[in-house]
Amino acid sequence: MTKVPAMFRRELNAYFLSPIAYIVIAVFLIYTGFFFSTSLFENKVVTLKFSVMYIQFILPFLVPVITMRLFSEESKSGTLETLMTAPISDFEVVMGKFFAAFGLYAVMILSTLIYVVFLHWVGNPDYGSIITSYIGLLLMGSVYIAVGILTSAVTKNQIISAVIGIVGLVFLLIIGFVHYIVGEGFFSECLKYIGTFDHWEAFTKGLVDSRDVIYYITLTVLLLFITIRVVESRKWR
Amino acid sequence: MIKVENLSKRYTSVFAVDNISFHVPGGEILGFLGPNGAGKSTTMKIITCFMPATSGSVSVGGFDVFNDSIKARRIIGYLPENVPLYTDMRVNEYLLFRSKIKDVPRRERKSKIGECLDLCGIVNVQDQIIGTLSKGYRQRVGLADALVHDPKVLILDEPTIGLDPNQIRQVRGIIKNLGEKRTVLLSTHILPEVEMLCNRVIIINKGKIAAEDTPANLLDIVTASSNLSLEIKGDSKKVEEVLKTIDDVEYVSNRITAKRDLQKEKILPNTSGKDEVNTFDIECKKGVDAREKIFNAMVQNKFIILEMKKRAASLEDIFYHITTKEEGVR
Ligand SMILES: Nc1ncnc2c1ncn2[C@@H]1O[C@H](COP(=O)(O)OP(=O)(O)OP(=O)(O)O)[C@@H](O)[C@H]1O
Ligand SMILES: [Mg+2]
Repeated sequence: MTKVPAMFRRELNAYFLSPIAYIVIAVFLIYTGFFFSTSLFENKVVTLKFSVMYIQFILPFLVPVITMRLFSEESKSGTLETLMTAPISDFEVVMGKFFAAFGLYAVMILSTLIYVVFLHWVGNPDYGSIITSYIGLLLMGSVYIAVGILTSAVTKNQIISAVIGIVGLVFLLIIGFVHYIVGEGFFSECLKYIGTFDHWEAFTKGLVDSRDVIYYITLTVLLLFITIRVVESRKWR
Repeated sequence: MIKVENLSKRYTSVFAVDNISFHVPGGEILGFLGPNGAGKSTTMKIITCFMPATSGSVSVGGFDVFNDSIKARRIIGYLPENVPLYTDMRVNEYLLFRSKIKDVPRRERKSKIGECLDLCGIVNVQDQIIGTLSKGYRQRVGLADALVHDPKVLILDEPTIGLDPNQIRQVRGIIKNLGEKRTVLLSTHILPEVEMLCNRVIIINKGKIAAEDTPANLLDIVTASSNLSLEIKGDSKKVEEVLKTIDDVEYVSNRITAKRDLQKEKILPNTSGKDEVNTFDIECKKGVDAREKIFNAMVQNKFIILEMKKRAASLEDIFYHITTKEEGVR
């Protein structure tokens, strides 16, 4: 556990030394800025709701780009060998990398606070739902990052890692909408529960339901656990 | 200090390491020698806990590398073959990160890193980004990293590859000094390096130990038999037959294949029969000088000796001797 901070700092620095972090944040701000400005200037509503609504459609594409390098780059360049022969546990490596990606993700999400400042300036937004939206985004992000880190651990190729990650996350997103197509029923209820969308909606309305929080945290922990296993599997191949 | 017992490693179908056992006592510098693909790096990756063995066991400083991996890793300094480094970091940042994950106590980090920078001669590049360093300097950064936690055991995979002669000498000096207090296992293709540095050599070929001895003893094996190289004008098959009939000659090989290829490509003139010129490598029986007999035999058969010289025995010969002879190629 003691080496998680060292690993975290190394990975976070690596992010800001590469152009990827800046590109991802720029794309994200342009995307959210578009929805923010249309809701504000065309629909004349003082709310962050629309930007936040649409964020979930871009996250499955951006998060894997953040996470793709975490393990793939190290296995490709061979630094995984120096890393894994140092006295650091697989758990510490995975957690350090996870928190670093989460740190970058948080920076990206919180960069939209400039819109909140703007809202505060032009009117009186509902701060309650803004705060819960951010909590929701961070929780959902932790699941997405955990998916991304897992796909990075399974391949040496960053592009393949990103593609698998995107496919997985889009899948996780759309199964939450399946009940609109196949109608209500036990099966679609299950899919709705597994999908990330259903758990997310309440946050945008200013509600923090502990079941949703538990869902996101459980899924993150489970995915990280699998990732540690995948990293360990090197040892019995 | 390092105990390897019946170690095997299989990659899908081939055995890269096939049931080898050896033991490195504390304070020894052991050289690991072998042709490409012999299994040197594979063995080292297992000893350093990067890869599991298919069967067999390895312990370092009494810790099993599989079950007590973290404890074993704490006392191992490892320089992998291609010196993988984080190219986006500065040298001192990198060493600081490495010292953290290698359990160097906070207070000692700075002095330890300073020592390693100094020892490896990279003080002047410590603020440089690793990606901009030359190959030789990266090698030194790798070595500094291997040393930063003051390990009892050093595993160095081809530590002098890619260095210029000056740097090679320096790095060898460093290793020699380190070897006084530590146990070192180093792999190399460069045979003089082994002669210079190691107390003991293990020659490994196709995953098996082909020989294990001191460099001096291994050298004796070959110096005892004298090797000649002959350039002779005459029909190659006949010359070879005659050479083989000489009783002091143990083994004859004709370096013809390369030449035939050149002739096919019309780079060399196509001579055959009597005018053919060939180079033969001859190994004589131990302790005898066959030159006179060869000379007489050639004269009797009207072959012309253009050149005859004694080849000085070196570890190259041992290497050649052991890695090819044991295979029944001859
Ligand atoms: N990941 C791998 N998958 C399959 N085969 C491998 C793998 N790594 C190594 N090998 C094979 O194992 C054998 C031994 O390789 P190893 O790298 O240990 O040789 P080496 O003695 O270090 O050679 P060199 O002197 O070229 O560095 C080779 O035949 C190699 O092709
Ligand atoms: Mg090798």
